[in-house]
Amino acid sequence: MSVQPFEVKISDAVLADLRGRLASARLPEAPEAADWGSGTSPAFLRRLVQHWQTGFDWRAQEAAINRFAQFRAPVAGLEIHFIHERGRGRAPLPLILTHGYPDSFLRFSKLIPLLTDPAAHGGDAADSFDVVVPSMPGYGFSQAPERDGFTFQIGDLWHKLMTDVLRYERFGAHGGDWGSTVTEHLARSHDRSVIGIHLTDVPFWHTFQKPKDLSPAEEQCLVRTSEFMLKEGAYAMIQGTRPQTLAQGLMDSPIGLAAWLVEKFQSLSDCGGDVEARFSMDELLTNIMIYWVTGTIGSAFLPYYDFTHAGALRWILETAKGWVGSSKVPTGLAIFPRDPSQPPREWAERFYNVQRYTLLPRGGHFAALEEPELLAQDLRAFFRPLRSAESFRAA
Amino acid sequence: MKAEPFLINVDQAVLDDLERRLRRTRWAGGPRDDTWDLGTSPAYVKEFLSYWQDQFDWRTAEAALNQFSQFTAELGGSRIHFIHEQALGHARLPLLLLHGWPDSFYRYYKVVSKFTAPGNIGGDPRDAFDVVVPSLPGFGFTGPLRHRSAEQPNRQSAQLLWRLMTEVLGYRRFAVAGGDGGGALAQILAIEHPESVVGIHLTDLGWHVTNLDPKTCSKTEQKYLEASKKAFMADGAYAMVQSSTPHSLAPALTDSPSGLAAWILDRFHSWSDNRGQLEESFSKDELLTNIMIYWVTGTIGTSIETYRADTLSPSLTISDHVDLPVGLALFPKDLGGVPPRELAERTLNVQRWTEMPRGSHFTALEEPALYANDVTAFFRDLAA
Repeated sequence: MSVQPFEVKISDAVLADLRGRLASARLPEAPEAADWGSGTSPAFLRRLVQHWQTGFDWRAQEAAINRFAQFRAPVAGLEIHFIHERGRGRAPLPLILTHGYPDSFLRFSKLIPLLTDPAAHGGDAADSFDVVVPSMPGYGFSQAPERDGFTFQIGDLWHKLMTDVLRYERFGAHGGDWGSTVTEHLARSHDRSVIGIHLTDVPFWHTFQKPKDLSPAEEQCLVRTSEFMLKEGAYAMIQGTRPQTLAQGLMDSPIGLAAWLVEKFQSLSDCGGDVEARFSMDELLTNIMIYWVTGTIGSAFLPYYDFTHAGALRWILETAKGWVGSSKVPTGLAIFPRDPSQPPREWAERFYNVQRYTLLPRGGHFAALEEPELLAQDLRAFFRPLRSAESFRAA
Repeated sequence: MKAEPFLINVDQAVLDDLERRLRRTRWAGGPRDDTWDLGTSPAYVKEFLSYWQDQFDWRTAEAALNQFSQFTAELGGSRIHFIHEQALGHARLPLLLLHGWPDSFYRYYKVVSKFTAPGNIGGDPRDAFDVVVPSLPGFGFTGPLRHRSAEQPNRQSAQLLWRLMTEVLGYRRFAVAGGDGGGALAQILAIEHPESVVGIHLTDLGWHVTNLDPKTCSKTEQKYLEASKKAFMADGAYAMVQSSTPHSLAPALTDSPSGLAAWILDRFHSWSDNRGQLEESFSKDELLTNIMIYWVTGTIGTSIETYRADTLSPSLTISDHVDLPVGLALFPKDLGGVPPRELAERTLNVQRWTEMPRGSHFTALEEPALYANDVTAFFRDLAA
């Protein structure tokens, strides 16, 4: 399989077109002081758009992204983009990190150096990882699948990427949001290759199966999940049921795309209501730009469509239900307090062989961006006992 | 308080800007371009936008709209836009016609003359009404309301409409008809102003009835409420977004004409009676005229915000009851289908109940004759 080095290099024409759109942006009439109570604050959006036009430097961000070693390779018929950074240490453990929505492979930009070179960041070189960060199919620089239900096959794709393409025999995996679904799937279907998985949430669809012997903490967790869906789940409903109705406007309007995406960074992070307490405008815009320059907002909705339409319930009933109590792969959970998913340990133990369960003192849904140091420490500690003297590289 | 004559005359700069935006459209596309299963068909949006650019002539549409006598009136710091057409001959009653979302005062363009001059189309001249069709607060040429509190915004809107009919137009007694959000306003007017309103004609029960506790309902009612809920879960996400996070959605729809069209067309496609062939119910010119009313006024944001505002402070609950006579015309393909009459009678004093042979949500646009005849018959009986 041909692995091609890859650099992000957006054409001047795309950037000029974007400048034109921003300069002629029509913003809705809304009270200036509007808060975040009805979605993205109009006042914040105004400032963000202002910064996009006058302060934000895409070429500088692009250069920063390109400091990571990136590649594209055909995997099971799809061109997959990924970062592949080698660890510094005697025996780096290969680790694949999977992002979700509405982030991108950049979710892990701060975490990668902490994992590849722990010695340079106050850790131990023995804890180093070879890190692989793919763009999910349909996200960023990875090709979009052309059929429904692909979300349930990404785990197989990642296995191929790690073994056939990158020649790792055994490896670890980590993810959150859609990344936890993909990571669990990878462990379930490829337990001989996966030495351990580490998650920042328990995939939401496990709540579709309602065991009768719930603990009070589990009851509370399920109530919180359904409350979240009622209060904040509209984005998932529209992205799942009518993705094309929404995608056209977000594809055509950069300010529209920004408003739609930024809401989640404010509501799901541990920012105390002030999104800039956690993310700089440059960070927010760089992530938005990944969707804009690749034109992938529509294909990024596919997992939601798959879960709403494309046989997800059947898949959960037939496949995932069989997983209950059957997991072998050691699993670590790092639960950050402002993530909407707050699974108690016993809930996680229904589905995983839980070897480590850590409640972190701060951080939210975007833990890798918000608290990279805490997450890195938890990942090192979880995988430490799972490392062995064996080489992880295929002969 | 005086009504000023009003003509729609959109700035050429707005039209030029629109043309530039249409020309530079970035297409979303998708794996199944030509179906509506995943929302508005991207292939249809493409075809629709090419018509918008190359064939649709706003000035023609504008001139047609300006055939109606339109006015604006300042009320409570806001400017209300409305059509006011006098009956040919003696008017039995003034009739206030209230639109919903995502339509506009244009919803009624086919029926205005049926109401003002029934004699011209083979009807009884004695059935004539004076007709008032406002752009609702937050919509079209009325635009957002100023200095308004968050307290029961739909009650405030209804109050403005009452002042329009009484203080501005000098009507002492009048009839009200509406559907969708306009139906809810009609119910509020009936509850708040029984001294002015003679009765109301509706095409739906209002979304508040879905809050009824199914345990208190009959089997038939439960079946209907369950079917409504199921339909809402499958195709109601637009309302969930508009009721929770309109500020996250509005910028895309305000900035992108193709985005606005895709968002609105999906509703006209879902809510019409044509086996999925949208243009059997509405021509592109009709669809575009309605979309243009949102575009040129930049009011998509304030229109969807009405969902959020009503969610935060509902104006109608299931404990509200309309005591005045209510006529209901139920169109079979409207959201959730035809409700059981017993359900309607929980909140409404139903005096007329008509189940239509065909038609859907945009009653007056899709089946103007069926609609106008039913409204006329209801108020004729009421006056008798």
